[in-house]
Amino acid sequence: MPVINYRKALNDALAEELARDENVFIIGEEVAQYNGAYKVTEGLWQRFGDKRVLDTPITEAAFVGLSVGASMLGLRPVVELMFWSFAYVAYDQIVNNAGCIRYMSGGQINLPLVIRGPANGGTNVGATHSHTPESILANNPGVKVVCPATAYDAKGLMKTAIRDNDPVFVMENTLLYGETWEVPEEEYLIPLGVADVKREGADISLIAHGRAVLTSLKAAEILAHDHNIRAEVVDLRSIRPLDEETLLRSVRKTHRAVLVDENKPFCAVSAQIAATIQEKAFDDLDAPVVRVCALDAPAIYSPPLEKIQLPTPERVVGKVLSIA
Amino acid sequence: MPYVEMPKLSDTMTEGTVVKWRKAVGEPVGIGDVIAEIETDKAVMELEAFDDGTLKEIYVSEGSKARIGEKLALLLAAGESVPRNDGEAVKSGKAGLAAASSSQPTSPPVKVGKASAPISSNRVKASPLAKKIAGAKGVDLGLIRGSGPGGRIVARDVESTAAIPASRPITAIPIIPAGPGDRRILLGGVRKIIAERLLASKTQIPHFYLNIEVDAGELVRLRSQLNEHLEKSGQGKLTFNDFILKAAVAAATKIPRVNASFAGDAVIEYGNIHLSVAVAIEDGLVTPVIRQAQKKSLREISEAVKDLATRARTKKLKPEEYQGGTITVSNLGSYGIDSFSAVINPPQAVILSVGAILKKPVLNAQDQIVPGHRLAIGLSADHRVVDGAIGAQYLAELRTLLENPAALLL
Repeated sequence: MPVINYRKALNDALAEELARDENVFIIGEEVAQYNGAYKVTEGLWQRFGDKRVLDTPITEAAFVGLSVGASMLGLRPVVELMFWSFAYVAYDQIVNNAGCIRYMSGGQINLPLVIRGPANGGTNVGATHSHTPESILANNPGVKVVCPATAYDAKGLMKTAIRDNDPVFVMENTLLYGETWEVPEEEYLIPLGVADVKREGADISLIAHGRAVLTSLKAAEILAHDHNIRAEVVDLRSIRPLDEETLLRSVRKTHRAVLVDENKPFCAVSAQIAATIQEKAFDDLDAPVVRVCALDAPAIYSPPLEKIQLPTPERVVGKVLSIA
Repeated sequence: MPYVEMPKLSDTMTEGTVVKWRKAVGEPVGIGDVIAEIETDKAVMELEAFDDGTLKEIYVSEGSKARIGEKLALLLAAGESVPRNDGEAVKSGKAGLAAASSSQPTSPPVKVGKASAPISSNRVKASPLAKKIAGAKGVDLGLIRGSGPGGRIVARDVESTAAIPASRPITAIPIIPAGPGDRRILLGGVRKIIAERLLASKTQIPHFYLNIEVDAGELVRLRSQLNEHLEKSGQGKLTFNDFILKAAVAAATKIPRVNASFAGDAVIEYGNIHLSVAVAIEDGLVTPVIRQAQKKSLREISEAVKDLATRARTKKLKPEEYQGGTITVSNLGSYGIDSFSAVINPPQAVILSVGAILKKPVLNAQDQIVPGHRLAIGLSADHRVVDGAIGAQYLAELRTLLENPAALLL
């Protein structure tokens, strides 16, 4: 099976969907002639031309609004945000318009819209470029949010997102763009709302999304090697819709859960998971549900401090041992 | 959670006394560090930290009591702060403490327990899963010691506990309520556990009883001879009970069936003889255990029982020192009891009931009436494990040893 990086997997997904459906188009800052700020759209403008891959001014509110309108008329826009942090200037378009129109039109108008881009801290680009808004956006009924952790998941989820008839927000990660995984050549889709058990274990469930999945896998390795604790790692993949069944099945098996989350802790995705577990698997818990989140501060710019802000395998191991 | 709370350190504990703080305010604390010594109704135990951090405040000073769940100290992790809007219990105390510590930073913190709201002492901390398993198995969580953080009962604790079959009386015996002039004494920890364990013993174990009378003449003679020598050389004296304990162990090595337990589908004969010795304490009795008593000499048994009894009376025993016995000796001789039949100490199979050595007229080998020393010994046995013939063999061994006690010195 070919080994490709996360960036190439996304690029392949976009190219395949552009080729498959003439209603699909890509729009954003520097996505066409410059090949994308992070080169995710590399070669697409050359291959598909001006009508399918469009550069815009630095106007998130305008080009997201344009895309909302285009999707209402049947096109399938794939909007790149250079950083998901910039979504906040287009918040009215994203939440009020994209999120509510299908409901407010009584189901008459679909919005087959994808907004994608990196949403992560840990790259020394400062607090205003390091937000992880999956928790904020997933709070809105009417939208879908996915956070792929691997190249395989990135490709399969992106293709499904483009074919979905509702707004889907794909949260990528600049720290993962260069990471490589095995990705099959033949076409595949990953349904939204289906979590993936990335490592089987019987003693404790580590539940995570995005890059925190990889942190959890490293922690699981240490736990197995140094502490004889068999951790199961559940990758949510989709935040909304959420695959409650898979995560509850894991907790019912291991009876303990540590939630690993690069969100800030307050109202984080993991807070939602914790509420779900205690409500639906209370009698199966043998320990309190605990979390390892980003430290509760704006993204720290000082490089030594920035290193400890996001969850590390060591912090995960410490948390596991505190309830094991 | 930033507070260190009074943990449940024994099955029956409702409150504990902080005997000593091993960490001072301001000292860093790691997971597993001993931060204090806590006296329960049975023993003084070490309190370990379940979190890393720094000991910021102490709410209960040395020598003061706190109920289970009451806050003892504030332990903050790096960057953690005191939660606001915290419970009443600590608020009143903290104000007092702050005042005290600002004027005299080195003085011990004031006691805060009195003004605080009472916390339910019967609250058993158990995980939801542990509760579910306990419910299904019919296990009483109140009788289990939690091994999880903060003394929480977790699934493994319940899984390793045998279910207690429903054996409670169907119709409760009516009680004459306490009226004017009567005293109603609430059950303390030890009383409660005696009530539960011995009720279980008498209702679940089919007891039978054997009795013998031993000629203790030689034992009396040998002991006074030995003690005369020991006294001259300034050593501690031997008691009759020391000889009886040694004999009970020596006889059990010959008849291993009595050093056993009934285990549902099997009988377990134990390889080591862990000898439980009944010791009366202020509000009941405990049975501290002499481990591997078969390897101990008369002198070692004597010293071990003296040490255990002293610490039992001052409640300094650790749980492992009164758990895991395999056979028990109860001696009421010093209380002037001629003979009695003790209740088996579950899950053991036998208990010896030892009476006083009495001077009385006896028939000698020539059928003449002569003054003699007689010792009555009773054996209560679990008929599921021991039959009459085995019990008789054991008592016969015991008689031989006690009537020829010099062998016990070997």
